[in-house]
Amino acid sequence: MVYFDSIEHMLAGAKERELPLWQFVLRVSAGDTGMTEGASWQQMQRTLDAMRACDEDYDPEARSRSGLVGGDAEKLRLAVDRGESISGPFVGDILQTALRMGESNACMCRIVAAPTAGACGVLPAVLLPYARRYQTRDSELIRALYVAAGFGAVIAARASISGAQSGCQAEIGAAAGMAAAALVYLHGGDEEQMAHGCAIALKNLMGLVCDPVAGLVEIPCVKRNAIGAMDALSAAELALAGIRSRIPPDEVIDAMRAVGEALPPSLRETGRGGLAATPTAQALRSVLL
Amino acid sequence: MNVFDLIGPIMVGPSSSHTAGAVRIALVGRKLLGGRVAEAEILLHGSFADTGRGHGTDRALVAGLLGMESDDRRIPDSFEMARQLGLAFRFGTVELRGAHPNSVLLRLKSPTGDAVELEAASIGGGRIEVRRLDGMPLCFTAEQPTLIVTNADQPGSVADVSHLLAARGINIATFQVNRDSRGGRAIMVIECDATLPASLVDEVADLPGILKAVCVN
Ligand code: SF4
Repeated sequence: MVYFDSIEHMLAGAKERELPLWQFVLRVSAGDTGMTEGASWQQMQRTLDAMRACDEDYDPEARSRSGLVGGDAEKLRLAVDRGESISGPFVGDILQTALRMGESNACMCRIVAAPTAGACGVLPAVLLPYARRYQTRDSELIRALYVAAGFGAVIAARASISGAQSGCQAEIGAAAGMAAAALVYLHGGDEEQMAHGCAIALKNLMGLVCDPVAGLVEIPCVKRNAIGAMDALSAAELALAGIRSRIPPDEVIDAMRAVGEALPPSLRETGRGGLAATPTAQALRSVLL
Repeated sequence: MNVFDLIGPIMVGPSSSHTAGAVRIALVGRKLLGGRVAEAEILLHGSFADTGRGHGTDRALVAGLLGMESDDRRIPDSFEMARQLGLAFRFGTVELRGAHPNSVLLRLKSPTGDAVELEAASIGGGRIEVRRLDGMPLCFTAEQPTLIVTNADQPGSVADVSHLLAARGINIATFQVNRDSRGGRAIMVIECDATLPASLVDEVADLPGILKAVCVN
């Protein structure tokens, strides 16, 4: 039985074996890779630790090799700390965590690809501030990561998690879908709500193009991590309130795949369309390359 | 399904294909050479040549040649480390016909004068494929222990090599044989389920008709 070709099959598989979704994902993944469940859990703990280390070790002075990226997370932190944030400290924390991760990635620090390096900020940007606010234990965060991975596996199988193949909807969009499901889990939602949270987040970023300036994972990637995290937060809020995606989650993923296939190559990581084609981006490119 | 393909790898940024994959390619090159690299000519192709510098592909490749893994925090400092450790490297660009856009050609020399030349591609998510070794076309990912044997294209070699593996109780996962029509050479690529001991690789190298045996564990 293939479980991760659709959200429907994944949830049915968990139900059939009478396991919570996180545990079902852990079990199948451990079985498929020949890892013990204990070793998989430990590796996930290391993964969580690596996300946290990246957040804590953020260097406000670091700049990417192009010099285009760095320092913005710190600007936001200072503004939030001064009480100037419109949306308050929790959302402020999410936004700055996303920027810290995205900037650290561009500055060649150690990050966790989730599902890709460019989108590495989205998941930690919802998990770490949530844990800071609610004093969530690591074991709960690790379970949430398994939930996120389960939804990510379906997105990868049914559509794609590569900007070169399907545009940024498959990187930041997929990360947002995974993060929304994880947040719904953490906040006590059921499996249907996780699926709808994921679907709503994917719908909101559907069609997002991959248009990195000068081909570098910097502009617009870093800031898109912030928007991916906000997308996850709003989708999770909606799903937790019992709001459903009118289009079933699997059909949403199919639509995402079709949209990805319809995107011209210039909008799929080639650095030739979208923002990368603007006069300013062209000028930056000629200076940098 | 592997959860760590979705949440992972833990790596030094900014790009799994341009940075993490590049480290892995170079590390495989180092293993194919059998250890320390003294001299390296690094020729970048396609997107590696176009955007490699901004992605740190150059530093990542040198880091791999020094033996670092793709999550090593010293990757950004690899050029300075290479200077200290006596690795001389030179970058260039190359047009490889029909190659994947993220490809590189590495010409490596050991301190004792052994040499290896490999062409490899970073195919996404930090995964790689070696596409050519010492000019011979082949394909392997180095995700499993892999034994690569070059032999004079004559009967019996395949059986001899599989016998040696069986005698050690090493299970073969995949076995490819590629022929080089020009030189009368053949190359076997054997992916195995268990780590390959150095003594076994030496035994294979001593078999009649075998020109070279190397492994990546
Ligand atoms: S714009 Fe492209 S490279 Fe940047 S995060 Fe999105 S998919 Fe990745």
